[in-house]
Amino acid sequence: VERYLLVISTVCFLAAVGRTIFELRTGVFRPMRFNFFVIGLGFIFQTAFLSVRGHALGRCPLTNLPEVFIFLAWSVALIYLLVGPVYRLSLMGAFTAPLVVLLQGFALTGPVNQHHRSRLPANPWLEFHASMSLVAYGAFALACIAGVMYLVQERQLKTHHLHSIFYHLPPLTDLFAAITRLLWFGFALYTLGLASGFLVGQPLPWLQAICAIGVWLLYAAILQGRHLRRLAPKRVAALCIIGFSAALTLLWGITFSGQMSSLP
Amino acid sequence: MNLFCTGLSHHVANVETRERFAGHAEIDCVLRRAGCSEALLLNTCNRVEVYGASDKIIGTEEIARCLARNNGNQLAGDFSEFYRYEGADCARHLFRVTSGLDSMVVGETEILGQAKKAYELARTSGAAGPYLHRLFQRAFRVAKLVRTHTEITRGPVSVGSVAVELAEKIFGDLANCKVMVLGAGETSERTARALLSHGVTDLRVSNRSPGRGANLAQIVSGRAIPFEKWPEQCREIDILITSTSSETSLLSRKSLKSILRERTDRPLFIIDIAVPRDVDPDVNALDGVYLYDIDSLQSIAEQSLTLRRQQVSAAEAIIAQHVAEFGASLSRGLSRSRPSDEHPISESSLRPSEL
Repeated sequence: VERYLLVISTVCFLAAVGRTIFELRTGVFRPMRFNFFVIGLGFIFQTAFLSVRGHALGRCPLTNLPEVFIFLAWSVALIYLLVGPVYRLSLMGAFTAPLVVLLQGFALTGPVNQHHRSRLPANPWLEFHASMSLVAYGAFALACIAGVMYLVQERQLKTHHLHSIFYHLPPLTDLFAAITRLLWFGFALYTLGLASGFLVGQPLPWLQAICAIGVWLLYAAILQGRHLRRLAPKRVAALCIIGFSAALTLLWGITFSGQMSSLP
Repeated sequence: MNLFCTGLSHHVANVETRERFAGHAEIDCVLRRAGCSEALLLNTCNRVEVYGASDKIIGTEEIARCLARNNGNQLAGDFSEFYRYEGADCARHLFRVTSGLDSMVVGETEILGQAKKAYELARTSGAAGPYLHRLFQRAFRVAKLVRTHTEITRGPVSVGSVAVELAEKIFGDLANCKVMVLGAGETSERTARALLSHGVTDLRVSNRSPGRGANLAQIVSGRAIPFEKWPEQCREIDILITSTSSETSLLSRKSLKSILRERTDRPLFIIDIAVPRDVDPDVNALDGVYLYDIDSLQSIAEQSLTLRRQQVSAAEAIIAQHVAEFGASLSRGLSRSRPSDEHPISESSLRPSEL
């Protein structure tokens, strides 16, 4: 049942991707209702999957790499559903859906059905640390998507070649305001997640901790650069993409090394 | 009942011919003299058309005489340019007109408002009866569907509207934007007016001849700035419109770079309408600066028109479906019309007109 829930959820996000590609090809692009609806539906199935899995494990379902990716995809969809309508960034759905499909597609090809209940006892601080960090990753993912949208819009304005999508992308100033807020939101959650990691009560994996602090410092530098107006909006947008790539690599590294060390 | 449309448009007649038939055309004349039971006059700068319903067939000449500015009897043989559509063809023609497919600028939306006004006038005077009511309500519905389901109205098609569209894509709300017009040319005035109509309130005008600058500033409710002080203004403004007759470049990459250091990091949108150009093209390479000259603005307008033309076949498909439905209901008679056809579409449901 769990796997079916995940498949249905992925199909929903895939529908948003398909619709976007089709509309871009035909030159008629109206991302508003359909994307929001299917992403909302996909989110419900994601939540159902995580809930069922959580009950089966008796803890937050973050026991293996596929689960981590599904939780991350859930965070991305959650923040999109919260942020998208507020900042009138409905088009963000067109960019969010492919990322979620990628994350869940990866999870589906992995050992998503393998549980590690016995090996990983529940620890509230560890779960708080992991879930906070992943929701922060969701915010960074959305900042990365807004960064891509900013760069696409900026590129079109610079080169004077306006594609059909130009008329549906939000103004540069609105996009940049959304990037800044998402960065602050993600940074606050990531700080909480990082700090709580020191309270887990287990020996610290120093390499992972140093990498995590490195990612924290990178986002702190972006925000400081922005605050002092040393970084132009275009560079901030580009750094959001670099920052999220670094964070994603770190996440993969942490989870992969965690799995390796838990092997008998 | 014979439902018909006859008239002239920019496709078949030049402005001289059109104005001969659009002087003081009165719909009462069509009703009384020609013998229509229902009639509606659609008179715009690009067309003069009569939509009518009558028991007997009324000749085009008879209608044309009513439309003639001078004595219609002196216009014998001058009606060859008039077109005429009947029944379903009449519906097709009106649906195309209200959807903007028959307009000079494909997809323009002003015609729908004009058709609504013409219909309202005919309705209040009692000239429009059940047949024209059905026809026009359906036409308004079709126009709305075409707009919703195609990109026929997408994109700006004039220099002024391109400037506004780009400014909105850079800054969003234009109410807080500071605009400076450098040079008091006609195109820059039109562009400034377009920006003003989209919420700009802070407008400054600088011109070599102070008198002309002050005059334009007064016309557009702006503030005149001495010409020697315009570079200082670049530290504050968001949009610069230049159209001076200077032989040399007024703004180089080097000079703008030093100005940008003193600005906050808000983008700077430069519209250079002057020929020869006032702004060095290399300026566009600077971070946060978006430079458009007259060619690039016109090229975007052309792109929009091309995009609109690509949407024509999709719009025609929607129209064809509704023509078939309307033709069928017409042959069945009005008594079996669907109630939904009777609900008028409100003005508020329409998008703002193109510039």
